[in-house]
Amino acid sequence: MSTTGKKSWNWSLWIGFLFALAGFLSYTFFAQFPITRDFPWANLLFFAVGGILLVLGLFRAFGKPQVYRGKIFGAILATLGILMFAFFSYVFFYVLRQVPPSTGAPRVGQKAPEFTLSNQDGKEVSLSDLVGRSKAVALIFYRGFW
Amino acid sequence: MRSFQQRLPDLESRGIQVVAISVDTPEINRRQRQKLGYTYTFLSDPKVEVIRRYDLLHHGAGPKGTDIARPAEFLIDSNGIIRWVNLTENIAVRARPEQVLEAFELTEQPASR
Repeated sequence: MSTTGKKSWNWSLWIGFLFALAGFLSYTFFAQFPITRDFPWANLLFFAVGGILLVLGLFRAFGKPQVYRGKIFGAILATLGILMFAFFSYVFFYVLRQVPPSTGAPRVGQKAPEFTLSNQDGKEVSLSDLVGRSKAVALIFYRGFW
Repeated sequence: MRSFQQRLPDLESRGIQVVAISVDTPEINRRQRQKLGYTYTFLSDPKVEVIRRYDLLHHGAGPKGTDIARPAEFLIDSNGIIRWVNLTENIAVRARPEQVLEAFELTEQPASR
């Protein structure tokens, strides 16, 4: 125990943890770009690099405990990394996919059901007005800002 | 939503009008448009009447368990006929303006010859 101070800094554990943290927190940034939004490549890459470094760090801590530190905090950082990865995967691959199927939505070739709704200025706008005024209407249903 | 604002000049130059629909009130829409710099039309369906008619209801997914719309995009031609539909299965994955432009070019071809 007296040799603790002379052991090498196990950098791979900390850097690995930082990579995992970056993977966990950076989706809002990567969501701006379609490629990294539709599938979280960038986040998974961060997690992968983080995971490799954490494993490497743990091997060092437990394989050469006389040289490297990190048996305890290494285990803590690795657990946190796994939890972040699990939570990220749960949200991205499960929660965000809980969209109800829409079997009754109007299909291609059908007439779009007519409607009249208020626009942002409180003015009534109907689909037939919109359709009559342009070559085409891109109708975007979204969840809302509330 | 932001990507549609970014590509709005390309969409509008082809005569495609962009219209967004959600449960948000006109007041929220006005504020959000200003805040985010969106210039296309935002329509309010707080009673989810149109959202229901289009079978796009996401039951209980809104604030305090209210009903909201699931994301969906339609391209409607000048006769009111639907030319393209996109029903995502992942909330984070929405249609891109490029898809709308592509769908528009494809359906325009026969008419323009």
